[in-house]
Amino acid sequence: MADVIANVEVKAPPAGLEREPLVLNQRSLGWISDAIAGVAEGKTPRWWWIAFIPSVIAMTVMTVMIVYLLSTGVGVWGPGHPVMWGWAIINFVWWIGIGHAGTLISAILFLLRQRWRTSINRAAEAMTIFAVMCAGIFPLIHIGRIWLGWWLFPLPNQNSIWPQFRSPLMWDVFAVSTYFTVSLLFWYMGLIPDLAVMRDRAKTKIRKFAYGLFSLGWTGSNRHWSNYEKAYLILAGLSTPLVLSVHSIVSMDFSVSQLPGWHTTIFPPYFVAGAVFSGFGMVLSLLIPLRTILKLEDIITVRHVELMCKVVLATGSIVGYAYAMEFFIAWYSGNPYERYAFINRAMGPYAWGYWVMIGCNVIVPQCFWFKSIRSNMLIVFILSIFVNIGMWFERFVIVVISLHRDFLPANWGYFKPTWVDITTYMGTFGLFFTLFLLFIRFMPIIAITEVKGVTPQADPHHPLGGAKPGGHH
Amino acid sequence: MSDIFPKWTNRLPLMIITGALLGGTGVTAGVWYYCTNKYANVGYMPVQPVAFSHAIHADQLGMDCRYCHNAVEKSWYSNIPTSSLCMNCHNQVLKDDPKLALVRETAQSGQPIHWVQIHKVPDYVFFNHSVHVNRGLSCVECHGQINKMDEVSQAKSLNMTFCLECHRDPAAHLRPLDKITDLDWQPKSAESQRADGAKFMHDWKVESLQNCSTCHR
Repeated sequence: MADVIANVEVKAPPAGLEREPLVLNQRSLGWISDAIAGVAEGKTPRWWWIAFIPSVIAMTVMTVMIVYLLSTGVGVWGPGHPVMWGWAIINFVWWIGIGHAGTLISAILFLLRQRWRTSINRAAEAMTIFAVMCAGIFPLIHIGRIWLGWWLFPLPNQNSIWPQFRSPLMWDVFAVSTYFTVSLLFWYMGLIPDLAVMRDRAKTKIRKFAYGLFSLGWTGSNRHWSNYEKAYLILAGLSTPLVLSVHSIVSMDFSVSQLPGWHTTIFPPYFVAGAVFSGFGMVLSLLIPLRTILKLEDIITVRHVELMCKVVLATGSIVGYAYAMEFFIAWYSGNPYERYAFINRAMGPYAWGYWVMIGCNVIVPQCFWFKSIRSNMLIVFILSIFVNIGMWFERFVIVVISLHRDFLPANWGYFKPTWVDITTYMGTFGLFFTLFLLFIRFMPIIAITEVKGVTPQADPHHPLGGAKPGGHH
Repeated sequence: MSDIFPKWTNRLPLMIITGALLGGTGVTAGVWYYCTNKYANVGYMPVQPVAFSHAIHADQLGMDCRYCHNAVEKSWYSNIPTSSLCMNCHNQVLKDDPKLALVRETAQSGQPIHWVQIHKVPDYVFFNHSVHVNRGLSCVECHGQINKMDEVSQAKSLNMTFCLECHRDPAAHLRPLDKITDLDWQPKSAESQRADGAKFMHDWKVESLQNCSTCHR
């Protein structure tokens, strides 16, 4: 067989049909293993400590703030009549939204056979899990008496009462906990073959033990792979509806109520688009610096960044359409309260928040129509941060502006956060980056085996591919 | 591979799953039984400053509950009588008994006796005695057979499930108004209780109130 293949000439496809390779510079399979696994090996680099120490400090500040909140009461936060929902819900929705990119990349793009996802899915999934953890903190602590948090779950109890199943806040509990569980399982299962790579490369006893434990005895046998592929497909199928369901249900926290500005049917799709938008914004903010620092430009290529920019452009445009449609419906409904709520949004005392949102979410992504901008890493990085800022303001606009003017002018107010609100939110970045940096330091941040699968030499019919002496990893 | 973990670790997943199942069942069963008002509060019988026997007064002598707890039909709480009320009889009966020294003393001074409260609901529960006893709910439903107790102890769990059992099905518990303080009264049969209870609910406009604000404000 071997000599037959050697005699076959591989014809290059016509110039117009040629695809850019997903791994640049014709890197070998061995190089891919070394480049990715090497990130988590060897001496801890200085930049890592420079990022890690402030993150841990910020996380500690968050912990102190939470202890202060729980020991004193939720009055240390800004919410009060008439704005009874403040930063906690804003931050919750913001972080949950960020989480959506991970599942979209790992599940939907997998089912759609988007091979470019392999370079970014692992880090995006990790981001999802850590973002959902940051999000989960807020609903838990905002109840003030966290020791009664188990009341959120339908457990038999001495009070003979069940949670209110008609409340979207209840649906949220199920949606978010399901989402977290499935995302974690998906992430971990994808990690198993790569953890086995780390185990086989490990030099110290502790590393051998730890990677050995978590790779669950993976040998890379045919049977392992076939089970793995099946499980991956099933989990991708399970995760796909979750991409749509979680943020739809989060949006129902608002839209099921009858407040002008919240009570709109457009909310579920609009929230999902916004979530994917912010998620890709965050993936860009994280991966653009990382590909340079970790010298992974050949794996996370400019093409990957460009493709993500296109997703940001598409979802950002959907979000912009939704903003316009909200105003149209407010006018078209003829409901004076609805109209007032939206005019007040754009021209009232919080107009600054509204226009920050429009600037960041509607105008900024339009820059991504231009290839010159999409392929300039520095500009994409800066614009991706604006996307994150804009999406935070979107939730601020929805929550605070809709609440601050009640139907009676006597119930009007102006919401201000307290320093505890601000430091708690900032502290969640500490938690997020602490976890993310630990992930970079100890785990393969790119799916090694999957990236190898999309290289040309993974194809057995390729001149460099197949099992032959020297051709193997 | 093989040099990292010894062979017996292959059995570890099974052992962990078995352990988690057994441990989880144990913890659930333990919480289910021990962490309840039924376990923690039923049978609570503190030593009282005067060894007053409900068995003698209410059962043997046949005194009505409302002779002493005379505000129960008009007030949200069932009052503890003042010592001077005890002296209505005890200035004649056992008037020199040393066991009653504190009663005589407090009746003189007007200071209350420091009885130890047994039946408590949390501060955020607004229980109204009058509304219950005036609509056919007997003392015995919550306090048990006080008329048989030498020393009073808590007979029922008084947790929210206990309240809701009745609020969800009042017909099973209502009785004729003249039998409210007859703690030994029994319905003729389960069927008659059901029929009478339904009639009482209709006649007295008793509703099955389960709103949060029924008890919590």
